[in-house]
Amino acid sequence: MVEIRQITQAEAIREALEQAMLEDERVMLIGEGVPDPKGIFGTTSGLQEKFGNSRVFDMPLAENGMTGICIGAAISGMRPVIVHQRIDFALLCMDQLVNNAAKWRYMFAGQVNVPLVVRVIVGRGWGQGPQHAQSLQAMFAHVPGLKVVMPSSGYDAKGMLIAAIRDNNPVIYIEHRWLHGISDDVPCEPYSVPLDKAVIRRSGRHATVVAFSFMVVEALLAAKALADLGIDVEVIDARSVRPLDMETIVESVKRTGALIVADTSWKTGGIAGEIVAGVSETAFGFLRHPPLRVALPDLPAPTSHHLTRDYYPDALCLARAIATHLGSDVTDADLVSRLFRTTPHDVPQREFRGPF
Amino acid sequence: MKNDIEALYRDMLRIRRVEEAIADRYAAQEMRCPVHLSIGQEAVAVGVCAALEKKDGVFSSHRAHAHYLAKGGSLKAMLAEIYGKEEGCCKGVGGSMHMIDLEAGFLGAVPIVGATVPLAVGAAWAARLRGEDKVIAVFFGDGTFEEGAVFESINFAVLHRLPVLFVCENNLYACYTRLSTRQADRSIHGVAASCGCNTMSLDGNDVLAVYDAARSAVSDLRNGSTPYFIECATYRIREHCGPNIDDELGYRPKDEVEEWKAACPVARLQSRLDIQPRDRLADMEHAITQEIEEAFACALAGKTPNQTDLEGYLYG
Ligand SMILES: Cc1ncc(C[n+]2csc(CCOP(=O)(O)OP(=O)(O)O)c2C)c(N)n1
Ligand SMILES: [Mg+2]
Repeated sequence: MVEIRQITQAEAIREALEQAMLEDERVMLIGEGVPDPKGIFGTTSGLQEKFGNSRVFDMPLAENGMTGICIGAAISGMRPVIVHQRIDFALLCMDQLVNNAAKWRYMFAGQVNVPLVVRVIVGRGWGQGPQHAQSLQAMFAHVPGLKVVMPSSGYDAKGMLIAAIRDNNPVIYIEHRWLHGISDDVPCEPYSVPLDKAVIRRSGRHATVVAFSFMVVEALLAAKALADLGIDVEVIDARSVRPLDMETIVESVKRTGALIVADTSWKTGGIAGEIVAGVSETAFGFLRHPPLRVALPDLPAPTSHHLTRDYYPDALCLARAIATHLGSDVTDADLVSRLFRTTPHDVPQREFRGPF
Repeated sequence: MKNDIEALYRDMLRIRRVEEAIADRYAAQEMRCPVHLSIGQEAVAVGVCAALEKKDGVFSSHRAHAHYLAKGGSLKAMLAEIYGKEEGCCKGVGGSMHMIDLEAGFLGAVPIVGATVPLAVGAAWAARLRGEDKVIAVFFGDGTFEEGAVFESINFAVLHRLPVLFVCENNLYACYTRLSTRQADRSIHGVAASCGCNTMSLDGNDVLAVYDAARSAVSDLRNGSTPYFIECATYRIREHCGPNIDDELGYRPKDEVEEWKAACPVARLQSRLDIQPRDRLADMEHAITQEIEEAFACALAGKTPNQTDLEGYLYG
């Protein structure tokens, strides 16, 4: 019998790392603060004690060089996992990720694989501000040769991290700080979840909502409230950003005739636009409404909680956008009464006390 | 075997003749990619690689032909690659700036300067973690030494005492820009020493000096020493990129060019050769020419690579 229990997503990630390291001695873990007392929000706690300091490493503040060093190790028989506490820091490794990791296999005509996992965390709230709260999935997804995933559930967080570590290609594994604290059913044993498949989280007839990462949480809340009011939306958790599982999305849009994409990032040049383009190219005739993107305004995240109040679209914003877009006559009061967020807008859970 | 003067001479001469042949045929417009020739700099490649064993690894960058050949990379695969053929070491995906021959321990060269320095450190790190007895050497230029990733790599290699041999070919220029307009007035090897490397600074056109330095460094590295950084003074005789001599552009002082031409590493070693009878020198030239002719013929006769194979190279 499969043993399942509720654990937080941070614990699920930690368990995935531990099990991947147990199953394959080539797996190694490195990052700024990996063995420190905070253990990357608990996702790496105790791993150096368990696996020793020749498999679990802290590292110098040298993101690009260390990424290259991990690529060098990956092409020499190791399977490194490198972690950055914020995805913003990974911008310093764009050279190594884009020029080397993504292309090493290709440019040498398939002779060498790069089994590398880059864990990056999207920050939000509590004043993370312009340089600690970017959601850069589209930048990574633009690059052929990388795989890019954004799990939203604890089950997927564990299964996709194990799959990423077993994969022979560079995988950018994007976490969301607001998902770390959410508890979820997670099996005890190791298992993998495909890195290229979206999943329908809730079926519905009136519209397809494709959501990424934390926006899946908001989309499911919105869908539940809308269902009470007679609007039946399908929620797809995209899970993978590169490749995009357009098949699942297009198949859904063909049934519902409406597409709304809820992204954690900016609208311009974002992955939501890519989904809209893909659906328009292949299922234009099925669309009864123009596609809609619900994304961040084209501004870096401000810090003051007074300024972030309307920056992130939440379930209520999303539900309003969907209802209006579908031309429904539900009243705003109906939505507000169901979705008004009583937790302060800048923390993931009421108990969150900062600082990071 | 490798350490005898005749073998060092032969390896340098072979690289020189290969690159001269590339330059001679470049105008035919069949090698349709940038080429960065090492003519004048062969001693660094040959001296260092002679001190390495086959199991040791080498990385390089845009100016890689000499390093690749000195480490034992296949000449045929190299020329086929420059001609964009299926038989090339990257089946035409790479070209001159992307050399690889895993069999020979030539682990890769790519044109982003500084890109392979961390990879070399990572390969040495993996060797350490896997308990393999391997030294990894990485060649780069004086300009590349300005890249942040190089410092990041040196720091980590020293921190973990990894078996890395950093080889800086200081030819005084990055493209057309002289060292003194790019770097403060201090030595490159001095900076490496302050990072904790064992350093040596030497005449990079003296293949015996390079070989001796590399041999002692490699032997220390095998015994667990901190990384070595050797700075080799050398000079590129032709243009930065392309087949020609570009002295007429005037970006390098005339007397400097003449001085370095006179210090040609191949000619210098020839004067120290003791080959009797002298005919054997001609035989050597002849054998090299034949090998080169044959490799060019193979490259020209090579198969056209298939565009449909590209997608399969992306993910493994
Ligand atoms: C990151 C990066 N910046 C710039 C270039 C363009 N570029 C190619 S070679 C070169 C000069 C390199 O100089 P050096 O390291 O001294 O090597 P040399 O060409 O002298 O052998 C430059 C700037 C590049 N390839 N990569
Ligand atoms: Mg130079």
